[in-house]
Amino acid sequence: MAKSTKSQEVDVAENGRPALTGEDPAQLRDYYYNMLLLRRFEERAGEMYTKAKIGGYCHLNLGEEATIVGLMAALTPDDYIFTNYREHGYIIARGIEPGPVMAELFGKETGVSRGRGGSMHLFDAKAHFMGGYAIVGGQVPLATGAAYALRYQERPGVVLCQVGDATTNIGAWYESLNLAALWDLPVLFFIVNNGFGMGTTVAEGSSEPDLWKKGSAFRIHGEQVDGTDVIEVRDTVKRLRERAEKEHKPAILDVTSFRFRGHSVIDPDRYRDQDEVKRERARQDPIPTVRQAAHRRPHRRRGLAEGDRRPGSSRRSRRRSTSPRRAPTRRSKTYLTLCTPRPCRTHPAAPRRSRWPSRWGAR
Amino acid sequence: MGEELARDPNVLLMGEEIGKFEGSYKITEGLLTEFGKKRVVDTPIAEEGFVGLAIGAAMLGLRPVVEIMTINFILVAIDQIVNHASKIHYMFGGQARVPMVVRTPSGGVGQLAATHSQSFENWFAYCPGLKVIAPSTPYDAKGLLRAAIRDDDPVIFIESLALYETKGEVPEGDDYVLPIGMAEVKRQGTDITVVAYSRMTVVAMQVAQQLEQEGISVEVVDLRSLRPLDRTTIVESVKKTNRAVVIEEDWYSYGIGAEIAATIQEQAFDYLDAPVLRVAGIEVPLPYAAKLSQASKPGAQDLEECDLTACSKGGKRWQK
Repeated sequence: MAKSTKSQEVDVAENGRPALTGEDPAQLRDYYYNMLLLRRFEERAGEMYTKAKIGGYCHLNLGEEATIVGLMAALTPDDYIFTNYREHGYIIARGIEPGPVMAELFGKETGVSRGRGGSMHLFDAKAHFMGGYAIVGGQVPLATGAAYALRYQERPGVVLCQVGDATTNIGAWYESLNLAALWDLPVLFFIVNNGFGMGTTVAEGSSEPDLWKKGSAFRIHGEQVDGTDVIEVRDTVKRLRERAEKEHKPAILDVTSFRFRGHSVIDPDRYRDQDEVKRERARQDPIPTVRQAAHRRPHRRRGLAEGDRRPGSSRRSRRRSTSPRRAPTRRSKTYLTLCTPRPCRTHPAAPRRSRWPSRWGAR
Repeated sequence: MGEELARDPNVLLMGEEIGKFEGSYKITEGLLTEFGKKRVVDTPIAEEGFVGLAIGAAMLGLRPVVEIMTINFILVAIDQIVNHASKIHYMFGGQARVPMVVRTPSGGVGQLAATHSQSFENWFAYCPGLKVIAPSTPYDAKGLLRAAIRDDDPVIFIESLALYETKGEVPEGDDYVLPIGMAEVKRQGTDITVVAYSRMTVVAMQVAQQLEQEGISVEVVDLRSLRPLDRTTIVESVKKTNRAVVIEEDWYSYGIGAEIAATIQEQAFDYLDAPVLRVAGIEVPLPYAAKLSQASKPGAQDLEECDLTACSKGGKRWQK
């Protein structure tokens, strides 16, 4: 049960976060866009809940963006996904438009589950997004069964079963691990380990707090992954996914991350030291690093300061998260072509005197 | 089951000891040899795990027929059945179906003691999204099991240990399917309606035969389906006979009979000449000792007494 073995040394930036060098900037920009989309969507969902537009429970993925985007970057359209109730980010990163997802949260007929499911029961058959389950651990036997069907029908693909860290204490988890190993099922058990099951820490709930080891009773391979590193998540999932598909061997991924807010929107989060929460949010926020790496350009005169906000980006994401997708506006087209050799006149760091012709005339 | 396995490659059987052991009650005898390990799957003792697995597999198009050795063990899997199987189709806006059958014998037999002698069909008849079938004859069992396997929704198929040895007429080579949700009047009568299902239908038929000699004409309504419940047939029968008794193997309070009685008084109140009475299990954990065990379960004698009470003028409330 080795820990994640990286094929190459991971670059670490000054702040201790992964520097993500060596990755294709276009790819990183795509990850950045999606991570920011999730961030803004979840912030807006939280806001809508306080305005009573969303009812019931609302569990947010704030802080888990790299985990989700990295995961989805590694899965294929053949794969099936089962999640728990903290799932908004997963269905959007899987490719479903934010509009119908928010509509579902609002309880509308135009929602992904036609308003019958709500925040905890999102579903999209075409995207193989199989829900959205609110009973802790309930999805684990289901996911194992879906993997069983893939093998029975001799189809390609694997099943991704996302769970929280506290799920690893419930009976259904253990029975499913046993069946998956016994019957050689292509299922990945993806533990999103934010250190808490509501208010209970991992150590308070699990006699074995190294969750990736929990497969050893079933001879299931387990690895721990830094969930704030989108590339590490992607590469680990890719590797274990291939292993599951070709060799029919299940695996456990213990993906560590930080939950930005309380368990759900109504949780005042009194069991955590809020100073520490603030510090960890700044330290473990996966987005600034990706933003920085995504806009790394070889010929820039000034580098971006950490935490620098590009004026166009957040606004664009915010717009997209609450309305149906529209054709890109002129401004957003400009943003997308930023790092191809054409300067953006709106960005403060853009070179003022450029070798390349400006589309708005010489500056 | 063999015929359905042969007919549809997506059908598979799953359960404890159904393959190599050929079933603890020999229901699946010979099927492993005929169809192989892929179609007849021996599971470890993990009801929640393998029922949930069957549901997940059904969501991707398989049609698993899961055997729970006896209904007493279904409780460990009840979360998957009630929170997932019954709700997946609805709460995901119709995008997924669960064409799974769970077959399990209900009711006690012999001296199996408290945790091996229970009847929980009402727990499932309670749930929207499930279908619950409880046949009493071999003919009904075959037609309804076929219907259950071919149905795209989750079906709980209630069998009976005591009925496994029954023999009855079943047409050969006939691919007949019985509709789910339709009761059958197994015996026509004019004086009193006895509503029953599963093993109790057999008891009701025996008692009806006896009472015939005493001049009471008993109409026996065999429910066959508990959910959907054929309220029309029940009510029509009571409108004809004006008296009703329910005989059920489960416990008296909150059992299947409670629903029948409520239905009858709601829809045929003015037709009743006596209160609707129920013959059911005594509300104790079933004791082991033979005499105690027998005394705790409803039998022919109890039904006879109850029928007579209902038929006497202004029948009193009767409870054992």
